[in-house]
Amino acid sequence: MRPIALLLVLATGALYALHQDVWFWRTVEPLAFGFLPPALWYHGLYCLAATLLMWTLTRTAWPHHLESDDRANEDRQR
Amino acid sequence: MIPALLVFAYLGVVLYIGIFAFRRSRPSNREAEDYFLAGRGLGPLVFLLSLFGTNMTAFAILGSAGHAFANGVVTFGLMASSSAFVIPLTLFFVGTRVWALGRRHGFMTSVQMFRDRWECAHIGTVIFAIQAALLVPYIIIGVMGGGTALRAISGGFIPFWLGGAVVAMVVMSYVFFGGMRGTAWVNTFQTILFLSFGAIAVVVIGRGMGGFPAAIQSLRDTVDLAPLLTRERFSPLAFLSYTFIPLSTIAFPHITIFCLTARRMAQFRRTVIFYPLCILAIWLPCVFLGVAANAMHDVPRIAQKLEARRVLAAAPASLPADERAALRRLAAGDDVVPIMLEQYAPLWLAGILGAGIMAAVMASDSQILALSTMFTEDVFAFYGGKARFGEHIQVQTGRAFVVLLTVIAYAVAMQAPQGIFDLAVQYAFSGYSALSVLFFAALFWKRSTKWGALAVALWTAFAVFYTATTPGALAWFGLMPVVPMTLIAALLMIVVSLATTPPSAQTISRYSAPRPAT
Repeated sequence: MRPIALLLVLATGALYALHQDVWFWRTVEPLAFGFLPPALWYHGLYCLAATLLMWTLTRTAWPHHLESDDRANEDRQR
Repeated sequence: MIPALLVFAYLGVVLYIGIFAFRRSRPSNREAEDYFLAGRGLGPLVFLLSLFGTNMTAFAILGSAGHAFANGVVTFGLMASSSAFVIPLTLFFVGTRVWALGRRHGFMTSVQMFRDRWECAHIGTVIFAIQAALLVPYIIIGVMGGGTALRAISGGFIPFWLGGAVVAMVVMSYVFFGGMRGTAWVNTFQTILFLSFGAIAVVVIGRGMGGFPAAIQSLRDTVDLAPLLTRERFSPLAFLSYTFIPLSTIAFPHITIFCLTARRMAQFRRTVIFYPLCILAIWLPCVFLGVAANAMHDVPRIAQKLEARRVLAAAPASLPADERAALRRLAAGDDVVPIMLEQYAPLWLAGILGAGIMAAVMASDSQILALSTMFTEDVFAFYGGKARFGEHIQVQTGRAFVVLLTVIAYAVAMQAPQGIFDLAVQYAFSGYSALSVLFFAALFWKRSTKWGALAVALWTAFAVFYTATTPGALAWFGLMPVVPMTLIAALLMIVVSLATTPPSAQTISRYSAPRPAT
């Protein structure tokens, strides 16, 4: 496995594990903006982290070999 | 009544978009592909917004707020952030491959792909039947959501049965005339509306409540309600189980079929990246508002729900089932967001925001169209209907199916006793999560066989029936039934496939190394 692929697998696994935030299970503090408990702000940040991971995946592991169908189809339509 | 009138105006706009799209449809020698897949020609923005909108049903706004009203902040982690992680991943790995194979082989449904991949015929029909049976409850949610939302927005003036009928008629009309192109454009419009909805609703309601910090402090000070701000009433294992639910998305026929509508594969890039942000934008406000609604003791309809919940919690085990069900109905929070809007937003704004809610509850259009596509392609065309009657009759059959399905869904919705969220999770989501194994096996495991696929399909049918009829079934070690359902499906695929003969090497090679079309 290429190092970049291994890193992506590890990052994906780590993000999955981070979803299980047992350390914030029973606490209301700290409140973000004075009203968002950790179960909301932490998982809001989690969504942003997921966006970053997806951006990285599409930049480094995009299945280009499937796009050949894409181009061939456009050529055929022309 | 003004909000209800604005919502009706919105429904008129939606109808116009659907019919306008139909008129723009150009004559084509591929009539079925044009009607069912928008000619495989959706652009990047429409693809992203309509795919997201397709997956956001009544459940996203009404169901999530209702679930948060009863269960607290845990709702966001349960369904939203887990979806933000899992759904884009499945689109990245499975969606792109389904798209490429659809282009190359002309597939219009997943069953067509399975039949080709595993060299089978009737096993494909079994998979069709199970997929279709699981999709129907999802369509019913849309009708129920429409009835609930219109009743709440009109302050009870429009009864549930009439609201459900109006929503069903509007959806049926633009799906009937516009097909996939009409549905996609309507979904795009609706997604923009309900993405805007969340932010505006939070600001308006927040001001009306005198600021959210005060509402949260009020919850913290109430012994019964304080646990809603943490996850102490929810077990970590059950929370973990919910990460299996979003696997269902790629196996939903309307999502798989939607993957085939993209003009270029590059359109998946933006969708994969922006999907988590869309989830965040719609779910965070809805979940928060659902929790905050618990602080509205001074609003009679909310106070009534809180009282029903208190009585239910203190009720003895001997309480008759019908009384318990009545209390559950009274305590259900599916309509808390419309109630909050009615309480705090000016009438005209409540109407516009009500339209945003309607946008979310009307997402059943894609499911209706998907079932119609599946019926005409996997049954009508496969068993000779297309060859015998031609493509034009095939499309007309699809349209007739849309009407029939809508009528049946409406009739069932008027009888269904369960809440939106429970219905969705219990029947459709868990079953489709188990069926997702079929996609991973077809696309990534060369050794998979049609008998393995049959075992997965039959197991899913059995498990859904078993869990729906037996309380506590498959809830092993504190996990939700979706986990054993999915893991056993994967195990069955492996064991049965290894024990049976794989498809020909020629077929397997077509799936393991896609090549340009010739």
